[in-house]
Amino acid sequence: MAAPRFPELPMLDLKGYGPALAEGAVVTIELAFLSLALAVTLGLLGASAKLSGNRVLTGVATAYTTLIRGVPDLVMMLLFYYGGQVAVNALSDYLWETRQIDFFFQFDPFISGVVTIGLIFGAYMTETFRGAFLAVDTGQIEAAKAYGFSRWHTFRRVMIPQMLRHALPGIGNNWQVLLKTTALVSIIGLTDMVRVAEEAAKAERMPFHFFIPVAAVYLALTAGSELFIKWLDKRANVGVVRGN
Amino acid sequence: MAESAPLICRDIHKTFDKLEVLKGISLETRKGDVVSLIGSSGSGKSTFLRCINLLETPTSGDIIVHGDPIRFKNNRKGERIPADNRQVELIRARLSMVFQSFNLWSHMTVLENIIEAPINVLKIPKKEAIERAEAYLNKVGIYERKDYYPAQMSGGQQQRAAIARALAMEPEVMLFDEPTSALDPELVGEVLKVMQSLAEEGRTMIVVTHEMAFARDVSTQVLFLHQGVIEEQGSPDKVFDHPESERMKQFLAPKF
Repeated sequence: MAAPRFPELPMLDLKGYGPALAEGAVVTIELAFLSLALAVTLGLLGASAKLSGNRVLTGVATAYTTLIRGVPDLVMMLLFYYGGQVAVNALSDYLWETRQIDFFFQFDPFISGVVTIGLIFGAYMTETFRGAFLAVDTGQIEAAKAYGFSRWHTFRRVMIPQMLRHALPGIGNNWQVLLKTTALVSIIGLTDMVRVAEEAAKAERMPFHFFIPVAAVYLALTAGSELFIKWLDKRANVGVVRGN
Repeated sequence: MAESAPLICRDIHKTFDKLEVLKGISLETRKGDVVSLIGSSGSGKSTFLRCINLLETPTSGDIIVHGDPIRFKNNRKGERIPADNRQVELIRARLSMVFQSFNLWSHMTVLENIIEAPINVLKIPKKEAIERAEAYLNKVGIYERKDYYPAQMSGGQQQRAAIARALAMEPEVMLFDEPTSALDPELVGEVLKVMQSLAEEGRTMIVVTHEMAFARDVSTQVLFLHQGVIEEQGSPDKVFDHPESERMKQFLAPKF
């Protein structure tokens, strides 16, 4: 993807780091959106598993959320980055030796970042969605059943739109924290916006000069998302009459 | 052979854990029948109605919709469950239900509520579904509210919208589960009037109700349930004016 140029304003001389910072910002945004997609998917699966009434599924989902929420994000990330490659290597050797299947991929910092952040926030989303599904009035679901809806149709046309009303505030919170958590990926060597700024700040000995623009980009992203979530929330709550 | 009955229920039993709520209820309807199910709270009348469209699975007994018996099987725990979910969906589409608390889908407008099942379950074209919906909205007298959301209407209007939703399925049998119990007293009349006009059109209806005047004047058959059994059954004249059971006499006696 072609990176947009940071405008080289006279008052904000980025000492030639502008393009690198812009590329880093794009990495941050890609990382955040891919992680969000994974987290929402895992959250829906996790919530469905917890509400399935099946003991094995509930157990797996509970183990997942308990484990993930109990371990620091940074530890998880280091575990996935270093451990992930070891696991891929082992699997690759095994497949080649037993089946002659040539399978390998490099567990790069970007993939590690998406997987780790997706898994972490998938656990939080699981709880958000679980609560939201439970908050849907049973009469709404019963009416769907009584009119011959299939389970999938009930889920898609009644459960999801009504669940979103209760889930959106939680999704919004999770998204903001997720966006900020992407900064951690600079530690495992991904050249995101934070990493570039860190290098530039060290080289030029100008921390304010580089970190303040980075902070401003995060702020712009979170503020923008807040407006978007508000708009979504308004749409999801159409037909709801709220008392004052 | 005469046209098969819209709905036959034979010896329906329902047990929740150890509690036997229905102890063998049978009902046979002819086309155009209006059956009122009456009885005190906890007598099992709502549970019986919910067994008819499988919102509750009867522990034993047969349900036959227009000659089509619902098939059951036992799951691994030995509980009885419907054998074929697709059959249940098809049967439910032929028996539409009106609920005590309306249960209109709150995120859809009145019109969207009414066309949802005809389009997605009956698979009729959208244009036709809208025409049908508008005709039924006119019939229940809330056409001008078609673009409102349920929460923007009174209880009586919501229940009339729910009746239009049920009518739009053009069902064999309409099931009413205490349709006026959640309404303010001054709104009960508008819903009962709509139901009476449906009865006069010859629609087959099964109504769980506490409205004795409706049961007496509109029904063709009345079932009085007490503790899960039918205590008294027959024409309104017989049940209301010449009851045989002691329970029915007590039930009808003035309360104060």
